[in-house]
Amino acid sequence: MTHAQAGQPLPLDPSVAPPGTRNFRDAGGIPADRWHADQNGETLVPTHCCFCGVQCGMYLRVDHAGKVFGVEPRNHDINRMRLCPKGINAYQQVNHPDRLTSPLMRRNRDEPFREVSWEEALDFTVSEIRRIQGEYGNDAFGLLGGASLFSEKTYLVGKFARVALKTKHVDYNGRLCMVSAAGANKLAFGIDRAGNPFSDILLSDCLLIAGSNVGECFPVMTQYLWGARDRGATLIVVDPRETPIARTADLHVALKPGTDSAFFNSVLHAVVAEGLTDEAYLAAHATGWEDVRKTVAAYPPARAAEICGVPEEQIVQVARMFAGADKAMAWHARGVEHHSQGVENCLSIINLCVAAGHIGRPGAGYGTITGQGNGQGGREHGQKSDLLPGGRSISNPEHRRQICEIWGIDEADLPAAGTSMMEMVWQMQRREIRGLIGICNNPFVSLPNYATVKDGYDTAEFHAQFDFFLSETAANAHVVFPVTVWAEDEGVMANAEARVVKHNKAQEPPAGVRTDTWVICELARRLGAADKFDFPDSRSVFEELRLASAGTVNDYYGITYERLEETGGIAWPCPDTEHPGTPRLFENGRTYHPDGKIHMQVVEWHPPMDPYTEEYPLSLTTGRTVAHFLSGNQTRRLGALVEQTPRPWVEVHPSLGFRNGDPVRVVTRRGSEVLPALVTEAIRPDTVFIPYHWPAPTAANVLTIDALDPRSKIPEYKVCAARVEPAERIDEVPAPPTAPGQVAYPETQVSRADPLPPTAPQGRGTSERS
Amino acid sequence: MMGRTIFIDPGRCIGCQACVSACRECDSHRGKSMIHLDYPEEGRSVASLPTVCMHCEDPVAPCAEVCPADAILVTADGVVQQADTTRCIGCANCVNACPFGVPKIDLQAKLQMKCNLCYDRTAYGLAPMCATVCPTGALFYGTLEELRAERPGVQVADSFTFGSTTISTGVAMVVPADKVQWPVPGGLPIVEVNGVDVR
Ligand code: SF4
Ligand code: SF4
Repeated sequence: MTHAQAGQPLPLDPSVAPPGTRNFRDAGGIPADRWHADQNGETLVPTHCCFCGVQCGMYLRVDHAGKVFGVEPRNHDINRMRLCPKGINAYQQVNHPDRLTSPLMRRNRDEPFREVSWEEALDFTVSEIRRIQGEYGNDAFGLLGGASLFSEKTYLVGKFARVALKTKHVDYNGRLCMVSAAGANKLAFGIDRAGNPFSDILLSDCLLIAGSNVGECFPVMTQYLWGARDRGATLIVVDPRETPIARTADLHVALKPGTDSAFFNSVLHAVVAEGLTDEAYLAAHATGWEDVRKTVAAYPPARAAEICGVPEEQIVQVARMFAGADKAMAWHARGVEHHSQGVENCLSIINLCVAAGHIGRPGAGYGTITGQGNGQGGREHGQKSDLLPGGRSISNPEHRRQICEIWGIDEADLPAAGTSMMEMVWQMQRREIRGLIGICNNPFVSLPNYATVKDGYDTAEFHAQFDFFLSETAANAHVVFPVTVWAEDEGVMANAEARVVKHNKAQEPPAGVRTDTWVICELARRLGAADKFDFPDSRSVFEELRLASAGTVNDYYGITYERLEETGGIAWPCPDTEHPGTPRLFENGRTYHPDGKIHMQVVEWHPPMDPYTEEYPLSLTTGRTVAHFLSGNQTRRLGALVEQTPRPWVEVHPSLGFRNGDPVRVVTRRGSEVLPALVTEAIRPDTVFIPYHWPAPTAANVLTIDALDPRSKIPEYKVCAARVEPAERIDEVPAPPTAPGQVAYPETQVSRADPLPPTAPQGRGTSERS
Repeated sequence: MMGRTIFIDPGRCIGCQACVSACRECDSHRGKSMIHLDYPEEGRSVASLPTVCMHCEDPVAPCAEVCPADAILVTADGVVQQADTTRCIGCANCVNACPFGVPKIDLQAKLQMKCNLCYDRTAYGLAPMCATVCPTGALFYGTLEELRAERPGVQVADSFTFGSTTISTGVAMVVPADKVQWPVPGGLPIVEVNGVDVR
């Protein structure tokens, strides 16, 4: 029986179909006569979802007029036709009525925007850059990039900051995503990426998912988890909430937020006590094990059980299930990484994998599940404050020399490392940074401690923003450049497996809209760096990126657009054009440290930064919902997704005494807000949860703390001290905030007038039954 | 038993509504979804459960039986089609007759709409949109053998009791693995009520 008959992925590789062709149909994908398309001139452009780090393959349906009007599932290796609701609805943003189609400008924030020509917007921006840098020095101007940009564009952002703006202050919003995991992986393995491809999940005997609501945040990954379970793998979920994945796990450990490293140290303690360590592997491949063993000796299950608020037996059970399995994998995400000890949390999980010998084999290894589409690729080529292309360190003289040679600049002109995204906001508050360009990011929603963020941006003398919708952050700017959406340009992204995939162009941008590449190069030209920014398109940038990464750990040299289209994606490192890529790391037992060893690191748990007191006894934790992507600038405009989850809520345990839909005031040391309650037994009684995709006044980040991990500088989104109290009146729950510049929902009309949802808080909504 | 059909496994549903969104993309009723996502334990749990048209077999589709305009066609391969637009008078008899609460009426258009198993796809061997995209396999399209090849030992039910009436359906429901196939009450895979075995 064929796969097609089974309703399963069709046995063809449609990624060979070049953009705008229908070759795949002839290959048997969809019968050629099925679509009225053939009469209407519909084409299907193979590309990937623009949203999360899974990077599902999809086709965009393009009508005879060259407009994107729909989506068709695509049998790509990553997702085998599956898509989550974000992926299915993503196409609606391409021709959305809220699209910005002309540069917007104003000289003062109290004036309204006016539509201006590109000339005027660019000239004003450059004159402000010149003025600020002339008065206060080059480092008084900053640049903040985005991890939803193609890698070519992130490469350009880093180069533009250092070569054209000549500032050290460049960072990106991937800083808010998986940098803790990146830091930990670099320390332990000398390479910053997941160790295994998703397909290894299917080969594993035991899966440990820590701090990851896979079902809602990376929905398409659940098919791998349940595929493994169908083959008999056990599933352990470590999370304060009983997430959809935890609901069916063999073991759900509902630990208290902010206690991960105590927990994993204790699991390792139990692994040692049970004699389940792989001493031969440790002796041959790891350094630092003796110190780690000594440290974890101080974390007996009884102690960790108290810290983490979980039964002692569960700790031992995890040790037995994970270390006792033949092949086990640990996958973690923001729940572990968004902490003031994010790097340590990740290291404690790595220590566990290494001690149990679960590294570098099919079905055995570790991985971080990237939140943003290009969270992985976004930092590989120099957009992060301390990194140069190819993941080179900006503080390493040899690395600096190599890049200056490629860029054709004098080494003395290459700035030093700058600060992180949150620190740049504090610097704006202190007037150390006076001007800022933001590229496709939305810190007004995404950064913690909203009051501080707003103050920082308001203090800046000049702020320009690139975006295709007027985000909450863009609404604060002096200049807004309207740029392309993902379907209007081509480029590559690296997904959570470090598999580089190619996005294709499905339609021409609307009149008045330019690619980010064009805008960056145009600004550079006006700043006198035209010769260094002669990039007519993404391909030309990618060719330089390949060269700039050659010979580094993040080697892209062997990856070409043609190969990506042929193969459906190649995992780096890929040093030459014959090289198949490296989906699984360390198969030869060697890491990317010069000695080839895994450098195990000692981890000590310390409590979260916001102390619990009688006044603030609960943990507030935040996270995503399945319908929205990050700051919601895109998804909060798509009808179906808004209907699905129109507004935030606060998830509370029944023991707190609220009824479903009650207005609840959540208070932390930084602010308070009223939200409808979602009462569920799926959360710890001492913990409350708020999804973070909405702007103030119902932004979770009005409440969160801007404490940072000292190494990765990731904010501690996942735990702060809070209290909840009944709000007096139902109308204290504010109406769902409207996105700035929002005019309409394209597909379905949504009533947004009612102050409270009918019975249950949205998102878990009521039946659509009529 | 059943041929190629949809199998619903509520235990896998993560409530993501990809099926709902995908259903909206289907060319035969673009912009409207024919899937219900139910939340059976609101206020206690956030668990969810998808309902598609069950394509009743015996007795033949109650919705079609009660239709005064003979607008609902049941094809030879057992697919209960959505109402024929040239015949439907929008009376909503089908809505009242369906024990699973599936058909919907577009009041403005005076037209019934329901899941037709993506006939435009399934007729060509493709899975329906919902089962194609469902990221978890909570909706699976294929034969029972194909389902079992992927999920060894899986148990399904394709008959449902409503009081004294039993309805066999074309679409089947996955039931707990240790339960033998048996009619499940009310269209939900309930095998136990208040501790009493109700099979
Ligand atoms: S958001 Fe992520 S899981 Fe959903 S379709 Fe897009 S890439 Fe796939
Ligand atoms: S797509 Fe699948 S998992 Fe998502 S709501 Fe529908 S049935 Fe449930």
